[in-house]
Amino acid sequence: MHEVSATPAWVLIAYLISGVCFILALRGLSSPSTSQRGNRLGMIGMAIAVGTTLAIHEIASIAEIVGAIAIGGAIGLVTAKRIQMTAMPQLVAAFHSLVGMAAVLVGAAAFLNPAAFGIVDAAGAILPVSRVEMGLGVAIGAITFSGSVIAFLKLNGNMSGAPILLPLRHVINLGTLVAILGLIAYFTQDQSPWIFWTVTALAFAIGFLLIIPIGGADMPVVVSMLNSYSGWAAAAMGFTLHNSAMIITGALVGSSGAILSYIMCRAMNRSFISVIAGGFGAVEGPAGGAAAIDRPYKRGSAEDAAFLMQQADKVIIVPGYGMAVAQAQHVLREMADLLKKEGVEVKYAIHPVAGRMPGHMNVLLAEANVPYDEVFELEDINSEFAQADVAFVIGANDVTNPAAKTDKSSPIYGMPVLDVEKARTVLFIKRSMGGAGYAGVDNELFYRDNTMMLLADAKKMVEEIVKALG
Amino acid sequence: MDFISILSIFVLACFVGYYVVWSVTPALHTPLMAVTNAISSVIIVGALIAAAAAGSASAKWLGLIAVALASVNIFGGFAVTARMLAMYKKKDR
Repeated sequence: MHEVSATPAWVLIAYLISGVCFILALRGLSSPSTSQRGNRLGMIGMAIAVGTTLAIHEIASIAEIVGAIAIGGAIGLVTAKRIQMTAMPQLVAAFHSLVGMAAVLVGAAAFLNPAAFGIVDAAGAILPVSRVEMGLGVAIGAITFSGSVIAFLKLNGNMSGAPILLPLRHVINLGTLVAILGLIAYFTQDQSPWIFWTVTALAFAIGFLLIIPIGGADMPVVVSMLNSYSGWAAAAMGFTLHNSAMIITGALVGSSGAILSYIMCRAMNRSFISVIAGGFGAVEGPAGGAAAIDRPYKRGSAEDAAFLMQQADKVIIVPGYGMAVAQAQHVLREMADLLKKEGVEVKYAIHPVAGRMPGHMNVLLAEANVPYDEVFELEDINSEFAQADVAFVIGANDVTNPAAKTDKSSPIYGMPVLDVEKARTVLFIKRSMGGAGYAGVDNELFYRDNTMMLLADAKKMVEEIVKALG
Repeated sequence: MDFISILSIFVLACFVGYYVVWSVTPALHTPLMAVTNAISSVIIVGALIAAAAAGSASAKWLGLIAVALASVNIFGGFAVTARMLAMYKKKDR
C-alpha cells in the first residue's frame, strides 16, 4: 500500500531526467539563439513527468483525465496564440494564479485521500512531516492564487493601479501570517479538517491583503515575487509526494522569481521590504504636476524632431511603459529604419524596470522586428549617451530623471538612471506637461536647455515623425 | 526516498537555480517568467495522482480540476514562450 517507498528505480530516474530537462530549459535562455531549443527541452521534460506518472499509477478512469488535459490544453493554446504582447504581464499573472490554485487543490486532494499519495502511517493517520509540507504547500499556493488575481486585476486595468491602504494593515498582515504558521505547527498534533481549511482560508486572505497596497509601478517586483511563490508551492508539494522533478522545478522557479525580484528592486534602489510594505507613489502626484506648470520648457514639433534626427550620427531610443500603452513599437521601428537608411546609427536603451514586468520592453521591440543586437541594457549603453546626438525618450519618465543622481531629497534618489541628458539633444515624448511619472516626482530633464518636449500621444507623434522623414 | 535525500536534492537545486538564472540574459526575462510558469505546472503530477486514485470522489474531482488548470498553464506557458522566442531575431546582414 505504501506506494512511495515501493517506487521502482526507473521511475526515480525518469523524474530526475525531467528535472534536468527543466534546468536545461532555463540554461537555454542565456542567449536568444539557444532559447528555442531550451523551450523544447522543457516540453520534453514535462511530457516525461506526465507520462511517468500515468504509467505507474492505477487509473480509475483515463477518459476523465484526458478530458481535463484536453480542455485545459485547448484554453491554454488559444490564449497563448491570441494574447497581445503588450498584455504579457497580465497573462503571466493569470498563469501564476492557476499554478497557485492547482497547488491548493492538490493539497486538498492529498488531505482528503492521503492513502493515494502514500503519506499515511500504519494506523491510517497522515504522517506529521507530510502535514507540515502539505500545510505549507497549500498556504503558499493560496497566497500565490489570491495575490496573482489582484496583480492581474491591477495590470489589466479592472482595478485601480493606485495603492489601497487599509488602516493597521501591517498588524493585520503579520497577525495572519503568525496565525497560519501557528496552525500549521498545531496541525502536526491534530489533523482535524478545520485546521486545514482555516489555514487555506487565511492564506487566501493574506495573498489578497499583501498585494492590494502595492501600486502599479511596483508590479514588476510583485509579478516576480509571485513567480517565486508559485515555485515554492510546487516544491512543497514535491516534498509531500517525494517527487524529484517537482522539487527541482520548484527550486528553479523559486530562485528565478527571487532573483528577478532582487534585480527589479536594485534597479529602483528600493528594498524588498519597502516594496512589499506598499504605498509607494500614493501621495505626491498632484504636487509634482503643479510645479511643472510654472517652469519654462522648449516645445518642438514632429518636423523639428525629424530634422534633428536626420542630421544626427547616432540616436539612442529609450522606450518605457508609455510606448506599450500607445502600442507605438511598430511605428517606432519604421522610424528607426528610415533613420538607418539615412546613415544614422540607431540603438535602443532599456532600463531594467521599464514596463510592467522584467524584460517587457525587449519582447515588444522583438515583436516589432527590432533585431536584439540593437537593444542594450542600462549598464552596457549608459556611457554612450555622451557621444549620442539625440536621445529619443518615448513613454519612459522616472528612469531618465537626473534628480536620481543629484537630489538627495527626491524619492527616487539613488536609483540607477539612464544618462539621457548627456546626449546633445533630448527629444522627450509626453502626452502633456501635467502629471508626473508614477513615482510622483517632477522630472528635471524637461526644463534643461538641451531638451525638446514633443507633447502628443506617443504613437501619433512617431507617425508624424515618420511622415516628416519620408 | 527519505526526507534527507529529498532535502539534499532541494538545496542543491536551489544553488543550480541561482547560477542558471543569473546567466539568463535580461532581454529574455519575460520569456523566463513564462517558461518558469509552464514548468512550475509540473504540479500536475500531484493532480494526476489525485485524479487517478480510487477511494475519494471529492479528492478525484479536485484532482481533475487541478489537472485542467495545470494543463492551461503547461500548454499556454510553453506556447507563449515559443511565440515570444521566435520573435527575437538578429540583424540581417
